[in-house]
Amino acid sequence: MSETATAAAPDLFAKFDEIIQIRENLLASGVEDPFSLVMEKVLSPTRAICNGRDTILLGTYNYMGMTFDPDVIAAGKEALDQFGSGTTGSRVLNGTYQGHREVEDALREFYGMDHAMVFSTGYQANLGIISTIAGKGDYIVLDIDSHASIWDGCAMGKAEVVPFKHNDIEAMEKRLRRIPEGAGILVVLEGVYSMLGDIAPLKEMVAIAKKYGAMVLVDEAHSMGFIGDHGRGVAEDQGVLDDVDFVIGTFSKSVGTVGGFCVSNHPKFEIMRLVCRPYVFTASLPPSVVATAATSVRKLMHAGNKRAHLWENSRRLHSGLTSLGFTLGTDEPQSAIVAVIMPDLEKGAAMWEALLHEGLYVNLARPPATPANMTLLRCSLCAEHSAEEVETILGMFERAGKAVGII
Amino acid sequence: MDRAEVDSRIRTIIEPFNKKSVEITDATSFAGDLEFDSLTVMDFVAAIEDEFDIIISMNQQAEIEKYGQLVDAVTGMQDK
Repeated sequence: MSETATAAAPDLFAKFDEIIQIRENLLASGVEDPFSLVMEKVLSPTRAICNGRDTILLGTYNYMGMTFDPDVIAAGKEALDQFGSGTTGSRVLNGTYQGHREVEDALREFYGMDHAMVFSTGYQANLGIISTIAGKGDYIVLDIDSHASIWDGCAMGKAEVVPFKHNDIEAMEKRLRRIPEGAGILVVLEGVYSMLGDIAPLKEMVAIAKKYGAMVLVDEAHSMGFIGDHGRGVAEDQGVLDDVDFVIGTFSKSVGTVGGFCVSNHPKFEIMRLVCRPYVFTASLPPSVVATAATSVRKLMHAGNKRAHLWENSRRLHSGLTSLGFTLGTDEPQSAIVAVIMPDLEKGAAMWEALLHEGLYVNLARPPATPANMTLLRCSLCAEHSAEEVETILGMFERAGKAVGII
Repeated sequence: MDRAEVDSRIRTIIEPFNKKSVEITDATSFAGDLEFDSLTVMDFVAAIEDEFDIIISMNQQAEIEKYGQLVDAVTGMQDK
């Protein structure tokens, strides 16, 4: 190859120059890097040593605090001893162990559904199910604020993708009405939207989707274990779970480990195990992970008291932050996520750092992950936060907010 | 509906989105000239869809970069 040809080829990384610049500008202001935090020690579901400081965790999605549950840990250790550290194989070859069966049994029981299929992550569950069931000529109608894994599932498939304005029932119906007759339709919704912590009007939306003959997939990642009488999620809470064709969920939030799943009553659902590429072409979860997940899912069936305490925490944090003068993502608490809206990325990063110095970890969320280009400090509560801890957190927000000049 | 009428109706719809009053020709690009971000695109596409009672899927939107291509696409959908 000649020198000229080499020189003329563009650097493939040039497309990232803008985001590199934004990041450099932010760090040049002297702020602690929000995206390079290390937890050196984890003391409990709600406490860790972060960058050398004893820190209250308020941004982990560890809603039900199952990560240090003694039964869950014992199950993981036993599986590690009996089945080894990993499966080294796909679910459809050598990667299905007793534990994978057991966690799928636990999920079927948890949701009262006929079929359960476990993926290696929640991301892969959405990626796999959406890209596989909606094919060429089919239509996917989805909320514009859907999670990246849903969008990537759409991009990986061949279906026509039709988004509608966030939680807008009328906008959704208009799009369904215009879909050509005879086309297959998948409506994709989330129970709780993770950026602002708001819930979807599933009762109305699922009814409309059914009116137009659509199949409905609901991602309940942020509601499992917490919302609904049995912790099955927003669809259960709003009484429409029976009309939902596919529930997508994750083990990495309330369940307290890692992995994803889809549960369904579709009579042909089991064929997914052979045709869904993100299920077939990856190694299955390690035995210790599925053992912890199965134990945790079964304990979450009887966690009514923890659910009640988590709601108390969410309501107290929401009302406390509102009285302090912060702008929140929702007018009333709708989930275990309380999103505090920042004026801009610079102030948001400064506030994030001030809270970290106070000893509080929250998520800094920024465009493009956020709706309407907002910068958010996202707080996710845990059933293991004590009432006193929530008061301590409010004190930290007050001092940091005044120091940064947000309140 | 012929292309000229589609063009004139889209021109009316685009006005509130054309914040910098860019002169609109068939070669005007949505991302470059009009500086539409993803949220503006969603609202603008929804307005067009409602006006003509059509669906412009994201797959179709990916092929539409310039104003003239949009008018052509919408005109094409009217024939069906």
